[in-house]
Amino acid sequence: MNEIWVALSEAGRLIGGLDVKLTEIVFLSLRVSLTAVLVASALGLPLGAAIAVGRFPGRQALIVTLNALMGLPPVVVGLLVYLMLSRAGPLGQFGILFTPAAMVVAQTILILPIVAALSRQVIEDAWQEYREQLRSLGAGPLTSAVTLLWDTRFSLVTIVLAGFGRAAAEVGAVMIVGGNIDGVTRVMTTAIALETSKGDLPLALGLGIILITLVLALNAAAYWVKEAAQRRYG
Amino acid sequence: MLPLLLDRVCFAVNGKTIIDNISAEIADGPRTVILGPNGAGKSVLMRLCHGLFAPTSGSISWRGTNGGRRRHAMVFQRPVMLRRSALANVAYALKLAGVSPRERVLRARDVLEAVGLASVAERPARVLSGGEQQKLALARAWALGPEVLFLDEPTANLDPGATRDVESLIGQIRAGGTKIVMTTHNLGQAKRLGDEILFLNQGRLVERTPVDQFFIKPASAEADAFIRGELLWN
Repeated sequence: MNEIWVALSEAGRLIGGLDVKLTEIVFLSLRVSLTAVLVASALGLPLGAAIAVGRFPGRQALIVTLNALMGLPPVVVGLLVYLMLSRAGPLGQFGILFTPAAMVVAQTILILPIVAALSRQVIEDAWQEYREQLRSLGAGPLTSAVTLLWDTRFSLVTIVLAGFGRAAAEVGAVMIVGGNIDGVTRVMTTAIALETSKGDLPLALGLGIILITLVLALNAAAYWVKEAAQRRYG
Repeated sequence: MLPLLLDRVCFAVNGKTIIDNISAEIADGPRTVILGPNGAGKSVLMRLCHGLFAPTSGSISWRGTNGGRRRHAMVFQRPVMLRRSALANVAYALKLAGVSPRERVLRARDVLEAVGLASVAERPARVLSGGEQQKLALARAWALGPEVLFLDEPTANLDPGATRDVESLIGQIRAGGTKIVMTTHNLGQAKRLGDEILFLNQGRLVERTPVDQFFIKPASAEADAFIRGELLWN
């Protein structure tokens, strides 16, 4: 028990003193996951809107597939991306395996289905309500999709943050494609896994505290944004 | 673009007939009220006229020239407001109608002024009261300068005060030269706002009678029973 207290106080000292190694890891984590969520949202939100508004063959199969892909195991994504990016793989020539770029690719693949599937649901619900009105005003499918994306923006913020939470918290994919290289591809989750197995509990705990605080803060922000918007815009 | 010609129009969903062989000519001038019990097909007939549904058989055509653009608008029983200001809701409709950005705001302000909503122009549309939202929906449709305005039970969800406001606004729009076609199941409203009654029951056009005559001496037994408050379903 005593050991944990020592580790905790040491973790507090690392956070409070803005330890160089710790901040470096935190910033790399944020950089990778924020980039991934940005790319996934840029692709996933329009995709979700298009599926919500569009009527095309294979639509239902696509929805089921996207929903299923929300539960993709990170290690499997890591493995697939590894195979694609490794020297002998089809995208090996880019030489980005074991770089932050590879980690961004893996996390993007991981959260794209989450953003697309959840936004599809939200936008389709709104579409049921807006459909006749928008058609009456002369909106085609493209205009309708853009209008719905804007009108559901507060719910979409929550979805994007959920995607970020998933990206920041996963360890399997970034471990495989990043390689957990000190100072290059070591992020919070891979560092926690490594330091724990090495027995360096203070750094692991310090990172764990930051990670949990981050996820909590994000959820609080998402909740607050939605509440405030609901009150303001109805 | 009037008159509107309905030629043996039928509409069925999954084999169930909703509109049964209706032929009629809707001409400029008199305010047309489509009256009938719940489930008579009033709203569906109006959506067919507005072009939201296509008839299963028969045809609907506008006889006059329309200058290439649709000149009819519709206000729904439950107004659908976008998550933006009242002003922006009107401007949005004008944008879809191809009005230039500068012109949009000017026209939106004018129409809000005309319907008495200038003081709430900047407020989010969805937090306005039910009566204000319905007036805003009328303003949004009116701003488009329609030759014909379809109103589907425009006061069904409103209290008496708001109903009076909306009815007087409909009078104002009509005074501006717009042909009014509306549905209602409210006999008092049909009397107040109608010049001619199209009485529908079970998807059929039972009779078409000037309003004064309809309430004194309807041509059909069904209409007579409806006026006397009898239930029409068998």
